[in-house]
Order: sequence, then C-alpha cells, then structure tokens
Amino acid sequence: MNAHRSVLARTVSTPAVLILVLLAIALIAKLSGSSPFERTVTELFIRIVLVVGLYIFIGNSGVMSFGHVGFMCLGAYGTAWLTIPPAMKKFALTGLPDFILQHQAPIALSLVLSPLLAAVFALLIGRILMRLAGIAASIATFAMLAVINTVYSNWETVTGATSSVVGIPMKTGVWLSFGGALFAVIVAYGYGISRYGLALRSARDEAIAAAASGVDIERQRLIAFVISAFVIGIAGVLYAHFLGVVNPDAFYLSLTFISLAMLVVGGMNSLSGAVIGVVAISAVIEILRTLEKGIPIGEATLAIPNGVQEIAIGIAMIVILIFRPSGLMRNRELRWSRWPFERASENK
Amino acid sequence: MTAILQIVFDALSLGSIYALGALGIALIFGVMRLVNFAHGDYISFCVFAMLVPSTDAMSEMFLGSLPTIVLIPVILLIGAGVSVLSEIIVFRRLRDANPATMMIASFALGFILKHFLLMLFSSRPKSINLWPDLGLPVEILGARLPLLQLIAIGITIIILVALSAFLKRTRFGLEMRAAAENFTMARMLGVKANQVILIAFAISGMLAASIGLILAAQTGTSDIQMGVSVMLVAFIATVIGGLGSLAGAVVAGYLIGAASVLMQVILPLEARPFRDAFVYAAVIACLIWRPQGLFAPKSAKQRV
Repeated sequence: MNAHRSVLARTVSTPAVLILVLLAIALIAKLSGSSPFERTVTELFIRIVLVVGLYIFIGNSGVMSFGHVGFMCLGAYGTAWLTIPPAMKKFALTGLPDFILQHQAPIALSLVLSPLLAAVFALLIGRILMRLAGIAASIATFAMLAVINTVYSNWETVTGATSSVVGIPMKTGVWLSFGGALFAVIVAYGYGISRYGLALRSARDEAIAAAASGVDIERQRLIAFVISAFVIGIAGVLYAHFLGVVNPDAFYLSLTFISLAMLVVGGMNSLSGAVIGVVAISAVIEILRTLEKGIPIGEATLAIPNGVQEIAIGIAMIVILIFRPSGLMRNRELRWSRWPFERASENK
Repeated sequence: MTAILQIVFDALSLGSIYALGALGIALIFGVMRLVNFAHGDYISFCVFAMLVPSTDAMSEMFLGSLPTIVLIPVILLIGAGVSVLSEIIVFRRLRDANPATMMIASFALGFILKHFLLMLFSSRPKSINLWPDLGLPVEILGARLPLLQLIAIGITIIILVALSAFLKRTRFGLEMRAAAENFTMARMLGVKANQVILIAFAISGMLAASIGLILAAQTGTSDIQMGVSVMLVAFIATVIGGLGSLAGAVVAGYLIGAASVLMQVILPLEARPFRDAFVYAAVIACLIWRPQGLFAPKSAKQRV
C-alpha cells in the first residue's frame, strides 16, 4: 500500500524525470554543436539554479522574497575575488585582504566558498527578517536587496563600484551549468522531503495548526532561507564564470522580476513548476529576442520594436496569475509511476 | 543655527516626498491588502506624461507646456487614471487571491509600465523645465532655502490635512476607514466594495502624481528610475509605520527622510556613498525592536 512505501520511493520519480529532461536538453545542445545555442542552454541552466533556489524558500514557506537575487550578487562577487588572477586583482580591487590578493583559487573551491559566503550572510540577516510576518518580511527582503546593491555599487576598492569587474575565468559551459542545475534540483528535492521541508510546508498551509503541533516557524523559515541562499550563490558563481564580467546592476530589479516571473508562471509551490517555468519563459524570451532582431521575409525584415519582449512577459505573468494562479504545473509535481518506479506490490 | 535650519528643512522636504509615497501605498494596502509595487511607476508615468514621447536626447515639453493652473489638475488626473485603470484591468480580477499573488501581479504591472515608458522615451534621463522661478532661494531666519523646498513642504502639509479631513469627515472617508479596519464586515454593513477601492486607487494615484510634480520641479530631470527609488523607501516606511496604519506611514516617511539627511551630515566622508545602506540597515534594526512596526493598528494583529 502507499502508506507502507517510504516517502523517497513514492516521490523520487519527480527529480528523476526533471533531471532526465535537463540531461536531454544538455545533450541536444552538445550535439547541435552550435555555440550560440550552447550559450542559450548554459544560461537556461543557470536560471534553473536561481529559480530552484528561489523555490526552496518561496515555494516551501509561502513567503514572497524580492531579495534573493542579492545572494546571487554575493556569490558572483565572491568568485570574482577568489578566481581573478592576482596580476589583475592587484590593480582593480586594491581593497581586498592581502591573502586573497596574492592567491588564485580554483573554480571548484570557489564553488563551495562563494555560495557559503551567501549562506552565512543569509543566516545573519535571516535571523532578523524571519521574525517578520509574511508581507512585512517580503518588503524587508527588498530592503536587503537594496542594501546589497548600494554597498556593491559604491565600494570602489573591493567591488569596483558600478564599473564591471573583469578577468573572471570563463569556465561555465553546458556541463558545468548542468551540474549546477542537477545539484539544485537534488538539494531542493532532498530538502522538500526532509522533516524540515515538511514542517515548513505545514506552516505555509496552516500556520496556527503547525505552530500548535510544535513547528518553530521562524527556525524552519531560516533553514530554508539559508539553503536557498547557498543554491542561489552557486547560480551567482556560475553566472560570473559564464560572462567573465560582473556588475552590481545585473543583480537588481530586472533579474528579480524575471526570476519571479519564471517561478510564478511555472507554479510556485512545486519543484517541477520552478523548472518548467524557467524552460517556458526562456523559450518565450528567445523567440521574442529573435523577433526583435527581425526575421527576413523576402525583401523586407519583419521586426517587433525593442521592449516588446519585457512587456509581453509582464502581460503573460499577469494573465497566468489571473487565470491560472497555480501556474502551468498547477502546483503538482511531474511523476512517472511506471517502470522502474512501479510499486513492487502492485501486481500482487 | 542656519546650518541646523538648513538640515531641518532638507529633512522635511525629503520626508515629505517619502510620506506622500508611503501614504499612497498604505491607502491601497488598507482597503485591499495589496502591496502595490507599481506605485513607483505611476510616479514616473506622471513625470513622463509632461514630455513629448521621443527617444532623442533633447526633450520637448508636451503637457508640461500647459499653464500651471491647468497642468496640475491634468497631471493629477493622469495619475488617478493610471491607478484606477490598473485596478479595473488587473487587481479587480485578483480580489480573492492571496496577498503574495497580488504583490507579484503589481510587480509585473510596474515592469510593464516601466518598459512601456522605456520604449517611448529610452532610458536616457531628460531635462524637464518646470517652474524655473521656484528654484530661486529665499531667506528665512538667515538660512537661504530654495522656494521650491518650502512649497513642497507646504503642499504636503495641505495634502495631509485635506486627506485626513476627507477620511474623518466625509461618508467616503468613513467607509474607507471601515473597509481598512475589517473589509468583510464593512461590506456586510453596506459599504460598496468596488466604489471604496476605486476611490482609494484614485487618491493613491493623485498622491503619486503630486510626488511626480514635486520631483520633476526639484530635480529638473525625468529619469525612469526616479519613481522606483522613492517607492522603495515608501515601502519601508509603510512597514516601519505598521502595515495598514496611515498615520504611521506618514510619520515613518518623515523619520526616514530625517534619518537620510542626518546621515548625510554625520557620516564620515568615505562612508557617505553608503548612506542608503545605513538607512536600510537602521530600518532593519528598527524591525528587530518592533517587528510589527511602530504604529501597528489593532486590526493588523494576527488572530489565533
């Protein structure tokens, strides 16, 4: 019977299906051999890391956050500090401690340390923010984003202020970003079925009943906040090594909007929704970008005006919110209940 | 002495803008629990309505060339119009949705408005030449203050007094306060929900428009970002003031204005670029002390 099967056995098909979908996308990108397409797919995977990270907090806690992109900023600058060759750092980022200035960390080390920086920051600030009630907490996350942005846009000697920091090794390709997405999905899934994830979701659905059953809501929210900050920190690291350049304004309102749009369109209460949302919105963005560049039809070029892309995504988001508030996935998970996930007892 | 007076007036005029913004947001929040992220873009919209749409660097006045006596009501009407339209087209359909959903919808709406303006005007800041005479300094108690600063402070006070009279003395005001206190109960007692909400949106839009006018006259530029930065502070002010409390929002707006100006003066030179970070950090510190805000209304208390 269902009740006798472990939670793991009942739900593990969800991450398996998602990972297979992502693997298929990665393979198609690799086999196509087209470099622009590979870049598009790499960007898609980085966005999946970001949005899945958002889902870990927003989906499980039900508290909207407008500040998580700030963790991406911390991760991206963290890796810039660690991995830019010392010869370049000495001139651009003079305010860094000597030890960091004189050494260069491999990206593998940075992939642990930089997200850790974001997670530690989240732990400190989360202690305060998680005390607030839902809406006030959402607005306070906005304040957090504004603090991060103000500091990073003005700290001349450490972050290069508003000018871009260059010289980050461009290492993120399809496979590395796929690895990030894989990690994000597994962490989100693992957290979701853990006692912490269950406790937080119970608090999201029935705060009073959960509190009465001994769930410490503040603490559970904080755990999700820190885990999501770590995952989004990874997105920041991957993004920095993807572009080779970081700039504080890349991690502000526009990215916040796009990432929330992806989460909402997919359906914010399911992991599958987060992943599907990224794929769907990314596809729409790519199509509109192509249209904005113009499509030659005979002699003439048909092009839609610049800016239509953003407006269309905004409208899509509102339409989805009005007519299908639970998103494309309707808050359900993708499941595969046949081989090899079929129940052993089923045929008896 | 004159330096102190200067600081006081700076704080008052900056606080006025924040207070008007916070009031616009708190009004809507009171009647429908909506945190309206599009509010900042209403402000930008009103400012840009004064210019002829073009992506050139040179700006040409459009509505801005109207005589003052016509210009002000027209801009106020535009602000009210955008705000009311957004309620009719978007928010009315989300009446039963949870606050988080409405918040994201308003975020999306703001994004649409912003990119609509970007399409028409490009992202380049443009100059607006609105009432240049008001920039002239006047002398009060030995301090030389721009006339405009005094006018902005005065107008804000008039708006606040008028609004509180409206809320306390008129039928609509009474209905609005009742709706803010307990929306379901107010409806049962015969308050027309749509009407109250529409009026709240109209007033909120007019408040946005008046911020737009003051900002345009003060800075002499129109920038797509100008609304958003005011809105961000105004949000914080509504949280500090206690979500749902109108008076709290206004007081918190003035407090944040004063804190910003004071920090500008007190902070050492090398820390000044980080002023906003200090202000936000102070806000977060304030929330540790009183998570429910300074003036939390009784109705905001969670009932168990």
